[in-house]
Amino acid sequence: MQRTAGARRATVRILRFDLVQRSAHWANALLFGILMATALPLYFGSLGALVGRRGLVEQIHLWAGIALPVPIVVSLAGPWGRRMRRDLHRINCWTRDEIRWLRTFGGPSAPPVVDKFNPGQKLNAIFVGAAIVVMLASGCVLKWFSYFPLSWRSGATFVHDVFALVIFLVVFGHVGFALTHFDALRSMVTGWIDERWAARHAPEWLEEVRAEGGETEAPPSAPARLPRLE
Amino acid sequence: MARSSTGASPAADQRVHVGRRVFLGIVALGAIGVAVGAKVQSGLSGVVGSSGLGGLLPGGDHFRIYSITGTLPEISDDQYRLEVSGLVHRPTTFTLDDLRALPRTTLVRDFHCVTGWVVPDVHWEGVRLSAVLDAVGVLPSARAVSFDSYDGLDTESLTLDQARLPDVIVADKMLGGPVTTEHGGPVRLYVAPMFGYKSIKWLSAIRVVDQVEPGYWEQNGYPVNGWIDGSTGPTDPGAD
Repeated sequence: MQRTAGARRATVRILRFDLVQRSAHWANALLFGILMATALPLYFGSLGALVGRRGLVEQIHLWAGIALPVPIVVSLAGPWGRRMRRDLHRINCWTRDEIRWLRTFGGPSAPPVVDKFNPGQKLNAIFVGAAIVVMLASGCVLKWFSYFPLSWRSGATFVHDVFALVIFLVVFGHVGFALTHFDALRSMVTGWIDERWAARHAPEWLEEVRAEGGETEAPPSAPARLPRLE
Repeated sequence: MARSSTGASPAADQRVHVGRRVFLGIVALGAIGVAVGAKVQSGLSGVVGSSGLGGLLPGGDHFRIYSITGTLPEISDDQYRLEVSGLVHRPTTFTLDDLRALPRTTLVRDFHCVTGWVVPDVHWEGVRLSAVLDAVGVLPSARAVSFDSYDGLDTESLTLDQARLPDVIVADKMLGGPVTTEHGGPVRLYVAPMFGYKSIKWLSAIRVVDQVEPGYWEQNGYPVNGWIDGSTGPTDPGAD
């Protein structure tokens, strides 16, 4: 039944991320990219010696770091942030199944029925949000060190380094998933996702969208490209 | 298909707001790390020692190489000259061999960066700065010593009393070998009781002067007296 419905609705795509969310995502991604690229020569001496211009690299790292919370805060704050806030609420809410799934590291229980985001996506978003806070705070201790006791500076160096390593791993994982899940990646570019994708990866969300109506649309330029979706 | 058009599925009733807790938990981990990270790190160093592993761990004990200019100055041993001038009896230009002819000294100390990273038990070798000063003869009007770097931008300074401390050396060896280019070779200053920024790299000139001239890092907000213990310096009550 579901397959038949999916085939009949092949031209229907639904809005997964609006322009505000996509802008916030890519601005955030750009800042992360700049921070990670400048972090390498700042951390690895041999690379830093190769690149040189430490002062400039430091300034770029510093300002990108200060700007880091801006895309998320701005996209959440205004009247334009309705969908952003709603997705934040989704990320905050976990079912018992999802928590169990997380606690057992993905097994042996069956994967939970997914709303708009699966537990891994939720965890990724939560980690990135928390990492921004931690990196910003520890970075401030390193930048304006004279206001903090020496043990805090050492601690902040430690935390900044360890979190940086985890961020590199998480970001590589995130990019890896994006490159192997092309439909999902495209929805972060165009905003639209095929309904069949939603039926498979986010069934509860699809139900919700259908129940509410209005968020399901066939984009004007879509038909020619649609057959290549799957 | 067990679809409910109301959207209130059984699972939805069981939703818990756990995301916020996970978020705060990660932030709290970061805060705890800042508070106790120094101890964790020294504990880790104790486990892995100063082997190569320590340098690979995040937050491990390794030097972060700072260069304030675009490139690292490459100076061969033959080209190297140290010009000592100012309020001295005999302004002198030292070659590397001239420097090495002075009485040598060794030190093993932790290297402290003002931003908090520490490299434990770094081995240093060279000549005391006081020996260099004695070799040229300091005039009675001298009060301070200024340093220049081959990078053309970095400068540093010490009071004359600080400069005469026994653990302030002109180093041509560290970590068991010649001072490498990235560490400021062939010759750099090492001011053991102060933070790393006082230990100017690629040392090119020593000028004996009548007052302290704040160096590059001090002009950028770092304390002129970079004592590691944060005090005015127990080994040198006269300073500051």
